[in-house]
Amino acid sequence: MVQFKDVFKTYENGTKALKGVSFQIDDGEFVFLVGPSGSGKTTIIKLITGEIAPTDGSVNVNGYDLGSIKFSKMPFMRRTLGVVFQDFRLIEDRNVYENVAFAMRVIGASNKEIRRRVPYVLELVGLDTRTKRKPQELSGGEQQRVAIARALVNNPKLIIADEPTGNLDPARSLEIMMLLEKINELGTTVLVVTHEKELVNSFSKRVIAIDGGRIISDGMDGYYSYET
Amino acid sequence: MTEWMGTIAMRHNRAGYYIHEGINSIFTHGFMSFASICIIVACLLIMGSFTLLALNVDDIINTMESENVILAFVDDSLSETEARALETQIEAIPNVANAEFVTRDQSWESFVESYQNNTLFEGLDSSVLRHRFVVYIDDIGQMEETQNAIREVPGIGGVNAHLEISDGFVRLRNVVTAVSLVLVAILFIISLFIMSNTVKLTTFERKDEIAIMKMVGATSGFIRWPFVVEGLILGLVGSLLAFILQWGVYELVINRFIGNSGIAFLTFMPFGAVAVPLLIAFLVVGMGVGVIGSLIAIKNYLKV
Repeated sequence: MVQFKDVFKTYENGTKALKGVSFQIDDGEFVFLVGPSGSGKTTIIKLITGEIAPTDGSVNVNGYDLGSIKFSKMPFMRRTLGVVFQDFRLIEDRNVYENVAFAMRVIGASNKEIRRRVPYVLELVGLDTRTKRKPQELSGGEQQRVAIARALVNNPKLIIADEPTGNLDPARSLEIMMLLEKINELGTTVLVVTHEKELVNSFSKRVIAIDGGRIISDGMDGYYSYET
Repeated sequence: MTEWMGTIAMRHNRAGYYIHEGINSIFTHGFMSFASICIIVACLLIMGSFTLLALNVDDIINTMESENVILAFVDDSLSETEARALETQIEAIPNVANAEFVTRDQSWESFVESYQNNTLFEGLDSSVLRHRFVVYIDDIGQMEETQNAIREVPGIGGVNAHLEISDGFVRLRNVVTAVSLVLVAILFIISLFIMSNTVKLTTFERKDEIAIMKMVGATSGFIRWPFVVEGLILGLVGSLLAFILQWGVYELVINRFIGNSGIAFLTFMPFGAVAVPLLIAFLVVGMGVGVIGSLIAIKNYLKV
């Protein structure tokens, strides 16, 4: 569960990124966070992942109060999250299998667990036949699938996808969104940050719209009409 | 999928992972590793050379100290028996290692022996000389105080010591020790700085990897350890190479250059006498520089 209560964020240079944002995402939800560039979407993501702390208000993610969390506890909070980025952020000199296994290895999973879990997740994202390929040998859509598999492999409670289709053509974008929807149906909460109106409107999901650091709409109708 | 929640425990043999990743990184970033080892070798060689110089100077001064004595002449009014009795009083003086009594006859024989066939001694005998004590001291730095204390012993008519030589020895030792200490400290800091910057370049190449590790929930310790292992191995290899080179350089300098020069009369320490402590010092400094350099380099990437 993600809960923002009257959150303010002012950066050191004086930029007021969030001006009293409140919302709650319950377990199992699929939510789009939409808004134009500079609206505060990235700040919300950074607050959820613990990269920055709120100036005021409270941020609670999967039971962790991020306003008062100890630095040493942050890795354990992050293990409840899976993050997918627009630019994939894969390790270039490791193949598909190793990129996904890497996420398990760094949190101390055993080889046995890795051998069990990684093939399952790669099959889920449709990459079970591409395990030996390096990222540069894959298409953009396939690379994003690897990134999703990596985000998924540690079985997080929440997957955050930050502009996951920004580098993809419409057909691949739709595939990625459908994959995220499938993951959500399997029980994982999904938060997709995007500004792609058509894509959002083709899914009937909850849409939180933000602009100027404030939430301007939050509806279940799955409609995003804001002009970017 | 929920069965996986909480099952991914810290059961993996982490030491194996750290060592594997550390070694892997050394070969993946071969040039940077080579550069790091070269820096450690160069700094240790300079540090080692100055340390060996300081140790040799100290050793030579110690030898000279044992040969640098105070001559205490006994007053003419005392008989030989009375003169000998002063030995206890002289040896009771602080810094006196021992006092060796030499009669005027023994002194005369020794004197004449060293100036054989010299007509100047004709018509003279041992009565022109006085009984004396050859006083050996512990610390050459306190020679003047010791000389004054001996002069105060009743029955001692005069004291002779080469204070200028002892002062020279002490000054030389102090200068060499101070210069060596300062140089070793400066070189340690320089090598730490260069090492950390070299590792920084390696970590910069891996900043995305580190960011991914942080993102998926790796602890700072887990991220740090492979770098520590890497620094430790680079330090170990650098130390051993530096030790072997130091050995070669020392033998070369002592046998080839000094052996044929004007200071060949000085006795230098054999390398074997300092090999073990020097190897330990090299390993401690080399691995210390490697590990601390790595820790400094990675610190900034772990703040998030």
